[in-house]
Amino acid sequence: MSEKSIGRPSPILLGIGVAYVAILILLPMGMVFVEAFRRGPAEYLDIFAHSDTWSAIRLTLLVAAIAVPLNAVFGVAAAWAVTKFDFPGKGLLLTLIDLPFSVSPVISGLVWVLLFGASGWLAGPMASANVQILFAVPGLVLATLFITLPFVARELIPLMQEQGADEEEAAITLGAGGFRTFFMVTLPNIKWALLYGVLLCNARAMGEFGAVSVVSGHIRGQTNTLPLHVEILYNEYNFVGAFATATILAGLAIVTLVIKSGLEWRFADELSASRRH
Amino acid sequence: MPLIIKNISKTYGQSQALHNLDLEVGDREFLALLGPSGSGKTTLLRILAGLISPTTGDVSFDGADLLSLSARERRAGMVFQHYALFRHMTVAANIGFGLRVRPRRDRPSAEEIKRRTDELLRLVQLEGYGARYPSQLSGGQRQRVAQARALAIEPRMLLLDEPFGALDAKVRRELRYWLRRLHDETGVTTIFVTHDQEEAMDLADRVAILNGGKIEQVGAPNDIYASPATPFVFDFLGAANEARGLVRDGELHVYDARFPLPGDGSGEVKAFFRPHEVEINPADGRGFMAEVVGVIARGPATRLECRRGDQVMEIDWARGRLPDGVTRGAQVRLAPERFTVFPAGT
Repeated sequence: MSEKSIGRPSPILLGIGVAYVAILILLPMGMVFVEAFRRGPAEYLDIFAHSDTWSAIRLTLLVAAIAVPLNAVFGVAAAWAVTKFDFPGKGLLLTLIDLPFSVSPVISGLVWVLLFGASGWLAGPMASANVQILFAVPGLVLATLFITLPFVARELIPLMQEQGADEEEAAITLGAGGFRTFFMVTLPNIKWALLYGVLLCNARAMGEFGAVSVVSGHIRGQTNTLPLHVEILYNEYNFVGAFATATILAGLAIVTLVIKSGLEWRFADELSASRRH
Repeated sequence: MPLIIKNISKTYGQSQALHNLDLEVGDREFLALLGPSGSGKTTLLRILAGLISPTTGDVSFDGADLLSLSARERRAGMVFQHYALFRHMTVAANIGFGLRVRPRRDRPSAEEIKRRTDELLRLVQLEGYGARYPSQLSGGQRQRVAQARALAIEPRMLLLDEPFGALDAKVRRELRYWLRRLHDETGVTTIFVTHDQEEAMDLADRVAILNGGKIEQVGAPNDIYASPATPFVFDFLGAANEARGLVRDGELHVYDARFPLPGDGSGEVKAFFRPHEVEINPADGRGFMAEVVGVIARGPATRLECRRGDQVMEIDWARGRLPDGVTRGAQVRLAPERFTVFPAGT
């Protein structure tokens, strides 16, 4: 069913909307590219000659590649549990899912330091097992997992609540088991919301600064993700390098958006069919 | 009787949805579970489908325990109130779903599934609609897809939960007769939940009337209508007027009139009569006195509102022009042609 427009928007309203987006989004984004190319393309491309840049790109993609699938699985499982079943502690689970949204990212990083730091609760066992959490990839992954935990679940819960459990019940009475019901009925019904959730989760995982900054230790070439690398370069007055690195992040975001739009265009029919009856 | 429901109770926390309910359903029977909302009829249907478990009680089907089977093992074809069609699948994929999810050794081949799907599409008069999505169908068409999908698994029984609840009156009536014919063709034992007494009386071989989680009466539509077992049943099966009366010496005393009442009961009673079974007489005629307080012409019948004391009664006059002198404010005598009496206090 298509949404009908109720008429033309008033020019004032439209103007405010366009100006708002231009000032808050386009202007800063444009600045990034202007600053990155301030001294010409040669200097811009110079950052790609540094191994630190490549290691930051690799690390950022690695952390996202671990955190996003884990939180996608968790998000689907949590949304499934919360919307299709009743159980004690449901309210608590919902509150906990929202917690990372309301906690400052710095605190989200700090909790891992308190747990695994030199005098942290789990410092002893970790040291004896010879496992390095802080200032290493596991710490970055944990902090990113914590920060991006709500995205998929939050995207799915309202949709699955609206859809109810009717179709699943129908599938079961028709002889389908739990697995088939999930993969043939539930998953196709939520796949677009799941995709949006994953994209949001991914954007945040690659862009997260605060929490990751606390646990990273800023070791160049080892524990610097792209956002942290930008900060280091900026603090070293390497403005072109900082902005050039920032364009990589912007580029990753644009790639994500292009994938999303491409999928929407490719599956437009199915999308409109599955939205509602 | 292949389906035997014994002593079923269902409790949700503090509230009891079903109270020690017993019911038997015959082979190839079409049984309507009729009751107001909250009477427990959908709860009973969901117990039979295996979607919820009863708190206590037994259900057997063809001599075997039904409750020990999971919902997917029961082969109970369920048609949901809002159809619950798989919105991302075509009509054909919806209908074939139950066959495609069978374990590999019982699964028909792709050609066989297609053949059966086409056959069912023909049966529900939706040939050529196989490639559409549910969102592209009307309510009545969706209902028939749901019916075909439930029939595809060759169900041992069909469970229909208010199957016409979401349709407009005209489509409801058309589908009603279609459903009855379909049942006569396929012969699957069918249990059909509705709150619409006309639908139940029209369609079913037998009707079970539920109220507050208990069965008030089970029987053929005509028998129930002719001799309702409780005031609730009388009231639920159609518009009803109630008066207090006294039975003595084979006569029913209502207000200032006496009516012959065969039988040998006596004592205080609740006397019920239908709005369309009332004779209207002049003030010196037969019947009890009442004042006409409202006259509403509504199509073929005229609705009169009459008051006696603080009791307002509805009379439907469908025999042409109203008798002379029957106008607002007139005093008339009302003589119901038939009373159904229950002991006072029921």
